Amino acid sequence: MTEQAPVAETQNPTEHALGALQARFGDAVQLDNRDGYTGLIVAPEKLVEVAQAVRDQLGYDYLTSATAVDYLGKGDHLEMVYHVCRTEGGSPLVLKAQTPRDQATLPSLTGVWPAANFQEREAWDLMGIRFEGHPNLKRILLWEGFAGHPLRKDWHEAYYEEEHKPYDSRWPEGKPFRAEAFNPYGKNVQYPADFDPAAYEELAEKAIYEDVPLGVSVRHDLASERVVVSLGPQHPSTHGVFRMVVSLDGETIQALEPVFGYLHRNHEKIGERNTFLGNMPYTDRLDYICSLSNNFGYAEAVERLLATGRRWQAPTRRAEAIRVLMGELTRVLNHLFAIGFLLNDLGAYFTPMMYSLVERELILDFFEAVTGSRMMCNYFRFGGVAYDLPETMRTTAALMNDRVRDFNTMAYLDELINERLPRAIDQADEFLTQNEIVTNRCIGVGVLPKEDAIALGAGGPVLRASGVPYDVRRAEPYSLYPELEFDVAVRYHGDIYDRYLIRIDEMRQSIRILKQILGILRETEGQPFFAGTPKYNVRVPAGEAYGRVENPKGELGFYVVSDGGQNPWRYHVRSPSFINLGALETMTKGHKVADVVAILGSIDIVLGEVDR
Amino acid sequence: MSQNNGNGNNHHDDFLQELHNPDVPVPENMRSAVAVTSFTKLLDSIYNWGRRNSIWPMAFGLACCAIEMIATAASRFDQARFGMEVIRASPRQADLMLVSGTVTKKMIVPIVRLYNQMPEPKYVLAMGACAIGGGPFKEGYNVVSGIDKYIPVDVYVPGCPPTPQALLHGLIMLQKKIDRQSLGNPNSTPWYGRGPGDEVPLPVLGPDVFDPRQVHVLGRQAKAAQAAADAPEAEDTTA
Repeated sequence: MTEQAPVAETQNPTEHALGALQARFGDAVQLDNRDGYTGLIVAPEKLVEVAQAVRDQLGYDYLTSATAVDYLGKGDHLEMVYHVCRTEGGSPLVLKAQTPRDQATLPSLTGVWPAANFQEREAWDLMGIRFEGHPNLKRILLWEGFAGHPLRKDWHEAYYEEEHKPYDSRWPEGKPFRAEAFNPYGKNVQYPADFDPAAYEELAEKAIYEDVPLGVSVRHDLASERVVVSLGPQHPSTHGVFRMVVSLDGETIQALEPVFGYLHRNHEKIGERNTFLGNMPYTDRLDYICSLSNNFGYAEAVERLLATGRRWQAPTRRAEAIRVLMGELTRVLNHLFAIGFLLNDLGAYFTPMMYSLVERELILDFFEAVTGSRMMCNYFRFGGVAYDLPETMRTTAALMNDRVRDFNTMAYLDELINERLPRAIDQADEFLTQNEIVTNRCIGVGVLPKEDAIALGAGGPVLRASGVPYDVRRAEPYSLYPELEFDVAVRYHGDIYDRYLIRIDEMRQSIRILKQILGILRETEGQPFFAGTPKYNVRVPAGEAYGRVENPKGELGFYVVSDGGQNPWRYHVRSPSFINLGALETMTKGHKVADVVAILGSIDIVLGEVDR
Repeated sequence: MSQNNGNGNNHHDDFLQELHNPDVPVPENMRSAVAVTSFTKLLDSIYNWGRRNSIWPMAFGLACCAIEMIATAASRFDQARFGMEVIRASPRQADLMLVSGTVTKKMIVPIVRLYNQMPEPKYVLAMGACAIGGGPFKEGYNVVSGIDKYIPVDVYVPGCPPTPQALLHGLIMLQKKIDRQSLGNPNSTPWYGRGPGDEVPLPVLGPDVFDPRQVHVLGRQAKAAQAAADAPEAEDTTA
């Protein structure tokens, strides 16, 4: 384990990069000087060369987020936005490329940063930007044959009412109605006028298998045959509705293609209709195991935008302490869960999981007492949190015995953080780390080399298990993290075992943070948990912001564009699970098919976040 | 056997009537121990007792609700108290499909296929707001507004997500529903019909998902669209 020193920002990264790039590329690189925007606008024909220079000369080796924005009526172009970072830390450099809406084409950056692969496919699927030179430009979240690119501003869904909430039909004196009643099919569907179901030939499945060699190669020696197996979407080990199409030689993986979109719930389209605050409960449902950490990321992004306006008050110290408390408890919860699931996948069916769930219930009791909900907490607000910690909480958790009783909240937390959770972590460590099955199946399996991990944009425990001490809490510190003492856990082998160990390490570090937070909570008792007055409708200044936090699964980023109205113009989620899955093929190639399940378990995905 | 409609089921009826004949003498010393009841009621109670206490759910998690479903199966809430701890990954071995989460258009095809693969008697429990009616994601372009648009649902459990207590309540409601099913009433036990049950046709992923049962509506819509396209010209001529 090493500690990563916080990197001091000596110079604004944009200005530094602008100087260096303009010297070489001249006018092809321009400063983005729209109000509230940062970054560089790159001419599409020079994009690949500029990206190469940014990676090799300026050292931005890690592409975190790549997404598209539709500026319909505001310049009428599509804009691709890339956020690139250095793995040593520091704030991201923003590159942008613009393309006309009717013939949207940009060069692909998969050659420079392989992490762009899935994200460019997503931009093609949802926004309709064609990427030249992309190795596999197919729809990723929707299916081949879907009509239109839904995130474009002029594309309307079947239940479309208005551009923005609150809808007139419901507010202020409207009545709720059933959208089905207004749809001729009684369902959430719409078809192009010339659609003929009798003549339609389904493309969806065909396209998935197109690139996977389907035919069995008939050979007359003893070599095994190649078969294609579809794992999922209904499979007990895919952690939800994830699907992989694998091509096998005997039992060895030759090629693997993940198939996404079985839980694509259109967070981004719905998010553009919602008000800024109205998106907060939706973020709960992204990574539904860690709802409070997601709140943290979204609050962080919108607060960055709010901070550019007048009359903004930063969250109080107590609010920040409660936020960190929630974030770190969520991390312990998630890692216990992840380890339980990993052991499930290794064949220890549900026994370690039961142990994890016992501790989870203790943490959820606390969440329920504070936020009112076990899972979907919807607790953070712009400028603080929704409520203070209650003085007492009623719980059935067996801290002393099994009776339902009122606990003093701080005493409960004290016992949870100082005794119960450390004991649970030690227990997991004691029973599992040296377990023969765990070591045999995990050590040396699913190795992700350091260079690949960075190039593929892997984040969180997956990246740190491959020897890169990159943690957003240190790389670009937010909230109270600059003053808290903790180490960034790092391991160097990049196999399943290290990804397991790093979770144990991280939980211990979280406990270390939580102990410090307990002190801050006592210190700030009775102080305000919200800065200013809470408002339902926040006016967010026009501009863009990319807020990111270290979620238990990796870097969670929210890219928010505001046009000064009540609703975000664009709301994009850079979800860690989705991008971490980009490394799945590298990890699984050459291993047996049974290992795929364990490797997937070690990445720790949640489908709500993968498909959004 | 008042419920029996007697359509050519004569042999069966005769057999039951013979069994139920009140003239069959009951020995004196046994009278206090024998309650004369309908044979189907006796069979039903045994049959339903067995079924209600050994419902095998399918391991089928869609979204957030699946996490609460796992919590329900775990030690604190302990679904095993109701004989439901045997969670099967294969639809062939499952009695109950817990639709736990948002159903998307891409996922509805495998769900209908899984439903068709389950052996009868089979039950569906829609867990959470999304499975019931689309929930917070209802307006999404890839979201099915309720699983009951495609397959029949027995129990609805509202919540986002429902707490484990709510899910347990839903499961108890399902047990009550099973208790009301009777072997004597072919309508409540359709799986003892002559042929196999009807399969739900698989939806197709076209420009948008379409239900083969709705193809005629599609044709009507196409005609209406055509008429609407022609209409402005007609107005012009009249004016």
